[in-house]
Amino acid sequence: MFRWFQALTLVTAGLVSAAAAAYDYPFDDPFVATVVGTPVEYRAELDVKVPLKRRSMKVFPGRKTPELFFYDDKFRYSYALQKGPAPLVFIIAGTGGSHDGRGVKWLGQAFYQAGFSYVGLSSPTYSNFIVSASQSGVPGHAFEDAEDLYRVMEHIRDKLGKRIQVTDYFLTGYSLGAFNTAFVARLDDQRHSFDFKRALMINPPMRLYSSISLLDRMLENIPGGEDNFGQFYQSLVDAFAKVYTRSDSLQFNEDFLYQAYEVFKPTRELLAALIGTSFRMSAANMAFTSDVMTDFGYIKPANVLLRKNTDLTQYNQVAMRLGFTDYFHAYFYPYFHTSDPKLSRGELIEEMSLRTIEDYLRSATKIYVIHNEDDLILEPGEIDFFPEVFGDRATIYPNGGHLGNMEQRDVVAHMIEVFRQ
Amino acid sequence: MSPAEATVRLGRDPAWARLLIVSAMLAVGGCSTAPVVVEGEEPETPVFSSERLIKPDVEQFGDMSDPLEAFNKTMYRFNYRVDKYVLLPLVIGYYKVTPAFFRAGIHNFFTNFRNITVFFNSVLQFSGRKSYQTAGRFAVNSTIGLAGLFDPATPMGIPQHNEDFGQTLGRWGVGPGPYLVLPLLGPSNIRDGVGLGVDWYVNTWAREALLDPNEWWKRAWMLLYVIDTRAHVQFLYFGTGSPFEYRLVRQLYTTKRQLDIEK
Repeated sequence: MFRWFQALTLVTAGLVSAAAAAYDYPFDDPFVATVVGTPVEYRAELDVKVPLKRRSMKVFPGRKTPELFFYDDKFRYSYALQKGPAPLVFIIAGTGGSHDGRGVKWLGQAFYQAGFSYVGLSSPTYSNFIVSASQSGVPGHAFEDAEDLYRVMEHIRDKLGKRIQVTDYFLTGYSLGAFNTAFVARLDDQRHSFDFKRALMINPPMRLYSSISLLDRMLENIPGGEDNFGQFYQSLVDAFAKVYTRSDSLQFNEDFLYQAYEVFKPTRELLAALIGTSFRMSAANMAFTSDVMTDFGYIKPANVLLRKNTDLTQYNQVAMRLGFTDYFHAYFYPYFHTSDPKLSRGELIEEMSLRTIEDYLRSATKIYVIHNEDDLILEPGEIDFFPEVFGDRATIYPNGGHLGNMEQRDVVAHMIEVFRQ
Repeated sequence: MSPAEATVRLGRDPAWARLLIVSAMLAVGGCSTAPVVVEGEEPETPVFSSERLIKPDVEQFGDMSDPLEAFNKTMYRFNYRVDKYVLLPLVIGYYKVTPAFFRAGIHNFFTNFRNITVFFNSVLQFSGRKSYQTAGRFAVNSTIGLAGLFDPATPMGIPQHNEDFGQTLGRWGVGPGPYLVLPLLGPSNIRDGVGLGVDWYVNTWAREALLDPNEWWKRAWMLLYVIDTRAHVQFLYFGTGSPFEYRLVRQLYTTKRQLDIEK
């Protein structure tokens, strides 16, 4: 009986590993995976010291930056270079993510350890990008964001200039950055500034509107709804204080989230509320920054100038109450509708989707994708788009939620393998 | 004058401090916290106004009384510039010219020396456990840890506590008072600002009493202390990516101090 069971597990294990070679990730609940990420013992071992440099540059020399955003006058980016000739990978951050945030740094370190140089880029939805490097100041447009990214990539390449010998260029990004990756790769096939050898999309949205709707809805999990966010925050702090102040065991280290998860065993509703809150902060930052850049009058009155010391309380409160879908309907669509009066709401929604460039993605054999069966930013069925369009170039892991397994060792090994082949 | 010397001077010269305060006050005088209407009389109504979205009687995240807001915001920008043009270049230079074991030794030394004020505050907070653990750490690291350059107490399992006089006052029931962004030192409040002063005094007194350093040593101490402290604070002014960073940092600082006091 036992032997039979063992044989069965072996066979099943064999079947699973055929789908995704050797993969061991502990969380089957995508909400837990998304919040907690990868516990240390499952993580890839990255021990190389990365000579990270942070730099900034003016992208539009004539542009006058609003006084309120004086610190974002220059576009910030980071890089780490190998000694001698090496391949270079551009890494694009996800929604609201910065060039030196945890995601880009992790990927950068992984690729650096594998012998690549890298350049880290903030997401076009990140405030510094909107202020210093976005042509329109209105982020979220698949094609325009790609133009903006391409422009800064060319600038950075010119700046690094003769200091480095790049053997081949590569491109990657996670979440929204993966979505950007597809459109930038397509642009490069027209302009040939880089001729990327390979591009890798890590957990991209398929259709932006689906993903932003799902993320907005997560805030419905705040007890009493969004109105009660202030109270919700206070209750989290109180709950945390109870544990934190009574023991020395909860340490603020690299495994803090996992420890906190073990201690609190949070409900699915709470995890969803946390994910929703994190994305809502990105939405608020993006929408307000963009509104100040265009004087559209979405949150800030169009005829009001904000000084360096202006109290932003009311704008902050309003911005936190508006989701990505509000941004789309009351700002993004009206903005693009002005320049193209024939553009319908539905058309714009469908245009901001990988389906728009499906034919390109089918034929572009250099573009690879990794994704998770249970990713929270995909509507049911959307995951099928990837194996269908990318075929063998898509690797779908059975669990991991949204980016929860990005640090898992087999996933990291696979990413590097894609660029090394 | 090198940036290193500039920092030393900055700490020693009272004229510098006076200039700092005067310029800060001038800067504050010219800036109100109200928005400016550039066209017409009244602000236009945006698509989403706070009247439309915000319920007046509900507690909002990040709201707190901030009577010193204009001063604080000016100081926040001042600190951003000092950090960017003086402190961070110093830290980067420090990492270039010193080997890792040296930096670790310096950091251990200051951490160990700070345990004098941690001990003093643990006693004032009537915490027997923290007092004897801190005394234990100090005794172990000052002796077999060679004057604190090494940290054998950690592998021995003696925890490092972080008690300062601001927390002690908090324990005694003193409220935080208005939020205050201190020049060079950053986010704080009136109570914690006083606490920093007291801890600084005690620390300096202990240094004189125990080590009686000469002028040269005091300068080196000061410089290394500033660099080591900055190197171990993971914070960048205007580095959160949020246009509402001032409010966010204010809220998180206040929450963190509340937790520190309760712990």
